[in-house]
Amino acid sequence: MDEWTEKISICIERGKVNKLAPYPPDLRNQEGTDELTQQAIAAGIGPDIILKACNDGMQRIGARFSRNEVFVPELLMAAKAMNAVMVHLKPFFQAGTVKKKGVFLLGTVAGDLHDIGKNLVGMVVAGNGWEVVDIGVDVKPEKFIEKIKEHPGCIIGLSALLTTTMASMAKTVQEIKAQLPSSVIIVGGAPLSAATARDMGADGYSPDPQGAVTFLNTYAV
Amino acid sequence: MRSLLAEIRKGKPLISDGAWGTLLQASGLQPGECPELWNMTHRGEVFAIAKSYVDAGADMILTNSFGGSPLKLAYYGLSERAVELNKAAAAISREAAGSEKFVLGSIGPTGAILMMGEVSEQEVYDGFSLQAQALKDGGVDAICIETMSAIDEACVAVRAAKESTGLEVICTFTFEKTAAGEYRTMMGVSPSEMVQAIKGAGASIIGTNCGNGFEQMIGIVKEIRSVDTVTPLLVHANAGMPIMNKGIVSYPDTPEMWARIFPQLIAQGANIIGGCCGTTPAHIRALADVVRMK
Repeated sequence: MDEWTEKISICIERGKVNKLAPYPPDLRNQEGTDELTQQAIAAGIGPDIILKACNDGMQRIGARFSRNEVFVPELLMAAKAMNAVMVHLKPFFQAGTVKKKGVFLLGTVAGDLHDIGKNLVGMVVAGNGWEVVDIGVDVKPEKFIEKIKEHPGCIIGLSALLTTTMASMAKTVQEIKAQLPSSVIIVGGAPLSAATARDMGADGYSPDPQGAVTFLNTYAV
Repeated sequence: MRSLLAEIRKGKPLISDGAWGTLLQASGLQPGECPELWNMTHRGEVFAIAKSYVDAGADMILTNSFGGSPLKLAYYGLSERAVELNKAAAAISREAAGSEKFVLGSIGPTGAILMMGEVSEQEVYDGFSLQAQALKDGGVDAICIETMSAIDEACVAVRAAKESTGLEVICTFTFEKTAAGEYRTMMGVSPSEMVQAIKGAGASIIGTNCGNGFEQMIGIVKEIRSVDTVTPLLVHANAGMPIMNKGIVSYPDTPEMWARIFPQLIAQGANIIGGCCGTTPAHIRALADVVRMK
């Protein structure tokens, strides 16, 4: 076992980005994912091993979030620590040395501008080794369909926070399925439930990012 | 400007208004359209909603300005019109309320997460300050900062509103029940943490809105009252959690159910009760009738 991968995993879980970062207070002045990733790469540790360490860390914080032991701030910090790793791993992805599990295309439906839930799911899913294509907020069905066609085989994620945009989400699911019958769609957002997701015709529902990861991994290439 | 605090001190439970978003949609607001712009382009429709709550017996109504912060309006390219749109929102509600009823200026979250550093605290403060002043100029009696989840943003909003207008400031948070049975906002804030923070920032009325149906609010009111027995407490409950049937959304809480549960909320210590998502003038009338009968 090398001296970096477990530390990277813990720093992801705790949201420790770099040495200068004041958060979390008990890891002050220690190295974060930024420094540790660079050191690991320099020592010849494979990017796939580093990515696995990140997956483990994100998995643990994602599970704690699902159990309401931690909340959005902790997940945001973990995602920030994750992004610091991804900056250094980017060349490996570009070279094809490491492969992603598949493409997850997500957006907030038409009429809804909220992005925090979508962003969190995107971050946690990316941390699990997927390529995440985030097409933004207030996305009309036509735009979803256009983007899905650009990424054949992608899994689709729809987000909505407002109760007033649930109907918009149902319409989006309907139109995507009508045009692209084999599409796989998972939905999420505060006003939703497994029942409403089923009624809409979605293939999956998750109340939190980790549930989305579990759903996606059943479709991993 | 009348004092809402003085009215609360008279001892009678007060009734606030209900949902605006769903009624605006029923009037034709399309997904992706800016609700606040309707204060200029569809003044009649907005006025009708305000009046419907006054006629239902509400003691106070809010304003169509929930998304009226410059940061939120920026998405529609309308942040330059923030003063105009907020002032119009207040003026419409003031006209509907007349001189008898209270008007509360609604201020919702900016959508930005302060801790991510996407925007500066100063920018957020300035935006809320501008919004609160415009609402005051339009004729509101108090400012109602609602649907908050983060302590930092809520405190910035309360301070900005208080410092720029001197009006009474209400602040309400949105809570969910966790797996452990506790109430937390999505940012992890508990009702007790909220109380301490927003009172310190200058809120004189505290409470909770959205996220929960009428019955679920009882537990939240109870927890707030367990740490604060004196500060006036406002509740804006959803008409239950939305149900979807063949693509049609409906809200399960009926006005009759609200009338039935109302005394329990008052018994727990709520002072002002109204509705959020899914509620209608009928829900408000049901509450007003209960108060009238007493």
